[in-house]
Formats: sequence, structure tokens, C-alpha cells
Amino acid sequence: MSRVAKGHDRSLMLGNEALARGLVENGCRMATSYPGTPASEILSSVAAWKKSEKLDRMHVQWAVNEKVAFEIAYTGSIAGLRTAVAMKQVGLNVASDPFMSAAYLGVKGGFLVISADDPGPHSSQTEQDSRLYAMSAKVPVLDPDSPGQARDMTGVGFRLSEEFEIPVMIRPTTRVCHARQDIEKKKVQRNNVEAVFEKNPARWAATPKFRYKLHNQLEEKLKKIALWKETAPVCLNPSVQSKKAIIVSGVSAAHAKDIVRELGVEGIITLYQVIQPYPLHTQFIEMVLKKHDDILVLEETTGVIEMQLARSDRVKGKNSGHVPETGELLPEIIEKIIADFLSVKSGSKILETKPGRRPTLCAGCPHRASFFAIKKAAPKGIYTSDIGCYTLGMNLKAVDTVLCMGAAISQAAGFAHAYDDKKRPPIVATMGDSTFFHAGIPALIDAVVQNIPFLLVILDNRTTAMTGNQPTPASGKDVLGEPVTAIDIEKLVKGCGIKYCRTANPMETDKFIPLLKKAVKYSQNNGPAVVISRSPCLLSLPNEELRENYKRVEITDTCDGCGYCISHFECPAMVMDKEKEKVTLDRSLCTGCGVCVHVCPKKSIVPAESSNVEGS
Amino acid sequence: MNYQIIISGAGGQGVLFITRLLAEACMNDNRHVLTSETHGMAQRGGTVISHLKVGDFKSPLIRPGSADLFVALKPENLDLHYGFLKKSGMAIVNSSEGSLTAGTNRAKALNADFLANQDNNPGSINLYMLGGAIALIPVCSIEKIKKQIEIRFVKKDKKIRAKAVMALERGFKTIVSGC
Repeated sequence: MSRVAKGHDRSLMLGNEALARGLVENGCRMATSYPGTPASEILSSVAAWKKSEKLDRMHVQWAVNEKVAFEIAYTGSIAGLRTAVAMKQVGLNVASDPFMSAAYLGVKGGFLVISADDPGPHSSQTEQDSRLYAMSAKVPVLDPDSPGQARDMTGVGFRLSEEFEIPVMIRPTTRVCHARQDIEKKKVQRNNVEAVFEKNPARWAATPKFRYKLHNQLEEKLKKIALWKETAPVCLNPSVQSKKAIIVSGVSAAHAKDIVRELGVEGIITLYQVIQPYPLHTQFIEMVLKKHDDILVLEETTGVIEMQLARSDRVKGKNSGHVPETGELLPEIIEKIIADFLSVKSGSKILETKPGRRPTLCAGCPHRASFFAIKKAAPKGIYTSDIGCYTLGMNLKAVDTVLCMGAAISQAAGFAHAYDDKKRPPIVATMGDSTFFHAGIPALIDAVVQNIPFLLVILDNRTTAMTGNQPTPASGKDVLGEPVTAIDIEKLVKGCGIKYCRTANPMETDKFIPLLKKAVKYSQNNGPAVVISRSPCLLSLPNEELRENYKRVEITDTCDGCGYCISHFECPAMVMDKEKEKVTLDRSLCTGCGVCVHVCPKKSIVPAESSNVEGS
Repeated sequence: MNYQIIISGAGGQGVLFITRLLAEACMNDNRHVLTSETHGMAQRGGTVISHLKVGDFKSPLIRPGSADLFVALKPENLDLHYGFLKKSGMAIVNSSEGSLTAGTNRAKALNADFLANQDNNPGSINLYMLGGAIALIPVCSIEKIKKQIEIRFVKKDKKIRAKAVMALERGFKTIVSGC
């Protein structure tokens, strides 16, 4: 239907908002998360509905990391409440310890683990498939094809979780999280269940002997879940009898539905949609293998369904080499695979990927000022860095390594141990404030104990910028904007045992570079040093404040177009005019931070008031 | 009628904003809509693309050679995403006419940067382009979009609202009178 009946209360919902809506429509009482693309908007949407629907008994919070977020929400569920935790796929790596164990112990109130995958990857370090984690933990997983289905799966997930007392994973992908769809809202459910924790040490504090028993119980649960009707695969065209069949799941299902219709093959090929990729329904496996002798499986990102069908002679998919094992399964790729599988013609065109504009730090970003100063203070250094906007310091050649959240410090330690004392270059680690709280603290303690000669620059922009400016533990505000206790980063650093800790503003370049030089020297002679480079993210500041601090700069006629500022500072507001062989300023982008005045080796960038030259 | 629309530009230009505006306007016209957006790191000035499908669709993505309309907020994006257009599709590019790539007679230039500068309305480049786009392919009436701007900017200053509507109208009229 391309038209909708009038009078329905529909809203255009982002997949993540739809998941959040599903939680509040199904009486979720506690939701936790740590931000990460593509999952970030789930929790902020829950918070928005908590506010607008006055769900006073619901607890919503950003946690310091995914492990903590998981443990809080999980424990809410063993006290009998419906709860949920949301994260991106690499966040599940951080939360994997409690995740594995929670499957054994099970739950009381329904407990959903939303882990958003990022095939492509668009904004992640890996293309890992959270469904493999679900298999490994022995937790059932649901795979939504659209925002609408994601919303509906929250209700199904809670019922499944409660019926079998087991955590349930919902695994959306980027194309579900960041799709928008018109969705009809259902009523919000006010759930007034009282928390009751029934003590049972043999379960909630199980020793290895009991864990063995629990493992047996878990296997029994999985067998039953593989028979549970509500999540069984669906045949989309039951009247068709064909030897060949296509099995689809997740957003690949959405693509395949349109493609099968457009190719005009819906009447000749049986199409099944898997709702619960693990555990795959036993009767479905038997039926499919009995009815069809040539089966194509389309799923992202690993062949999880294919693996459980376990018939390489009849099943075509990722493992058999018929479907690419890497990258996003785009609809044009699916169209070609389906057309080849059915020997029909298609006009499928794969676009050649052309390099677009690369992302860069915003004009006026304090990270750029920090990186510029770091390169001046330790020009031949090794620069370990981390996950956040500041990963883009790579463009400035001020980031040499990025592994995972919190690794900048341990990698600095690794390099320090690897080099002999006399040959060791200066080592400077950069890490954002939110990342430091998330995973940097244990590594810093270790570096103090081992007396690692390195400088840690904490890029403290007072926010979690990359994912949309969520608060950090230092912000003093929670997800609802309400005041909470703020953690003092200096005290924390000193509490880790650091003796040399300085705080400075990177935008004051003339003072900041010498301060960094001193700190680098100290670290080389005495052991770990920390500089907290504090200046707020511009995206989090009100326009009035930006206008107040605006420092107009000019580029004088002495600019000879050497390009030093473009390659070493890479401010989007500075543009090389190739005809005039001169750098010009894009005033629509310039934030007037004034840092570039210190960048030009020829002093051709000057504050406007001391300049006699008309601005460009 | 079904429509498939690609909108692309650089992070920060408001690609997502006009995608959402057009989608909501179509939704309020009682049509189904489905979009796919770029979030995360690319939003820091990198290439941003969004897909908008109006009508009877399940997949949020547009396949190459299928789009009815392509709106490029940066001239270099024309080449980057031109392949999404179908043979009868039309593109509108934020560019001064002279710089359009040869052989792209399905691409129409609208110098939104220039218009925005003239009107002292630099924040609305995306809306000039949206106005021009719907003049080219009538995905939705301009009235519906204006109404949507009023809804979205309800809490904002009247002047800001008026500037947004003005940009949409001027983009629309420029294309209509140029045809």
C-alpha cells in the first residue's frame, strides 16, 4: 500500500527511536547504555519518552562503559523488572564477560541486550556479527529488518526472555538503526511491578559445581526456544512450491522482498524470513532441507543461519562463497546474487566506489590545537591514540595507532617496554575524556606501577562528542539533563598515582606548547606524566558563547601559498586558492578560535585588529 | 506514485535535515516513507548521503540506476553519486551553471551558495536546494513542505522561520522560471 488510511497517529521514527519506543510500550523499567554509532540514539530516545510520558518509575542512564551498563540492567531484571541495555557491537566486546555469565544464571524480569552491528563498516573498528556472540553465549537473538519490526521485536523479546528466564539479544544493523520509517505509535505501558529479589545463592552466586548444572539447564532452554512458535521463521509466499528457496534475515530481508517483487520471481521461488537466527528453529531446519534441494541464504555479516543448516551441498551463502563474506550486503549485490541463483536477467549495477570528502575535525575544534602543539612538543614522537573524534588526528599525522577503547595508554606502555632506554623516542598518548573514564583508568594505574616514560594528553572537551554530545561522568548532568555528581578528572588521575599532572587550555597555543615540552621532558626522565587539555567541544556550546569568543583573523599579502597550514593544521575554514597561490578563509566556517595565528611559519595569519589588509 | 530520492553533500550542510523535512511532508500527505541516513564519523565534514523512498518499499536503500531525483549540495557530489539516477531521473546540483560536468543533461544547476549569500541566509543553502528539487520533480507540494517547516521551527524565532521558508520559495521559483 503506497497510501495510508488517515487518522492514525504516525511518526517518522529512526530505527533507534523505534527500539526505544518498543521498550516504553512494553513496560521496560530500566534502560542503560554507553554511546556508540550506530546505537547511540536508543537511550536518548528512551529518556525523551520517559520525560514526555511521565514514566517516573523508569530508570534511564548512561553508564561509564558497556560492562557497567550491562551489569546494572541485568541486575534490575533479576530483581524482577523488565530491563534493557543498548550498545554498539564493539561495546559488546567490553560487556562480554557479564554477557556470557548472564546466560547461565538467567533472568527474572525480561532482559534485552540490544547490540547494533555495523556492516560496512561505516563507523566502527570491526564488522563483527553480534549474533556469533549470541551463539557463543548461548543466548537467543532476534534480527529486525526495519524500524517497525525492531519496535515489535522488543515485545516479543521480553516475552521470550520471561518465558525461558534467559537474556534475549536484539541485533539491529546500521541500516535499521539509521533508517527512518513512518510508524504508528502504540500505547505506553505503565509497569508498576515491585522489585523483589528472591535470594538463591546456588543460582545468583553459583560456584563452578552449580554452573555445570546451570549449563545443562541452559542447553535444555535452547532446545525449547528452538521450538517457540512466536519467533519461528515465516514463509512469505506459502502458495509457491519450488525446489529452490531463499532464506533471508535482518535488513537483507527488506532488500530481498523488494528485489524478488521487481524481478517478477515471487511466484516461482519460496522466500523464508528468519526472525530468530539463533537458535534456528529445529522444525524449520528439517522442513527446509526436506522440501528444497538448492537454498540461498542472505544474512549479515557472518553465515550464522547457514552454519546451523550445516549442509554445504545444498546451502549457498557466505561459507560457500556465493555471498561476499565482507562488507555490507547492499541491495544491488543481493539483486545480482538472486538473479544468478535463479538464472534470470537483472539490470543490477554496482557503483564503483569513488573517494569522497574525508571527514575532518571541525573548524575551531580544540583537538586540532592539541595535536598541533603535540607535534611541536615531541616532533619525533610515537603517537598512540584512541576512539573518538580525535581519531581524525590521523589526518594531521598526530595519531599513529588506534586499537580499541582505552588502548592508547597500554600501547604507549607496550612501545616503552619494547624500546631500549637510550633509543626510545618520546611517546605521547592521546585519549578523550569519555574514553579515559570508559577504559583508560586501569591502563593508567598499570603505567604508574611500571613507571612508563610517556605523556598522556587527556583531550578533555567535556563531552562524548563523536556520538552526539552525550554527557561524561565529569559533566555533572545525566541523560535527562538533571544534576548528578561530577567526577574530577585531576583527582582521578592523581588517585591513579600520577605525580605530574597539569591542566591547560590548548587554544592558548603560546603557553600550551612550552607546557607540553616540559611534560614530555619530565616523562622521559621520571616516568608517566599527564596533561589535561581542557577546552569544550564547539558543538556543545551555545551560539552566544561562540560569538563572544570570536577572534577575527586575516591572511595578509605575505602569504605565499606554501600550504603548511593546510597540511599541518587542516582547518576546513582554510582553503588554498590555486589561482592566486594564496590561502583564503571561508568565513562561513571559521569560528574565530584564533589558533591559526600561531600556525603560519611566515606569520601571514594575523589577528584582524593589528592587520592593515582587507579580509578576504 | 513512488519516488526514490538521493540527497548528498558534506557533513554539517544539513543533508539529514532536508531529508527528514521532505520525508515528514510526504508522511503528512498520507504516504509511506523510508529513509537511510549517514551518522557517526562522516558527519564531521565527510561525504554524507541519505536515501529517501516514498511509497511502497521495504528496503531503505536505493540501488544504482533507480533514483528519480538526486540533490547534490556540493558540486563534487554530482560525479560521486550520479550513478544512482535512473535514465529518466533528474539531478539538481548546487553549482554555478558553467561548472557542470559535460554530458549530464539530466543535471540542473542551482547556485544556492550565491543565492544564500545574496539573501544573507548562509544557513539555508540546503533549503534553496530542496525548493529547487521539488520544482524539478514534484515529490511533494511546496505548501506541504512550508507547513512542515512551520511545525519543525515552531519554537524558533519568527525571523528564522521566515528565512527558511524564503529560501525554499526562492530555490523553487529559480528553477521554475529557469525551465
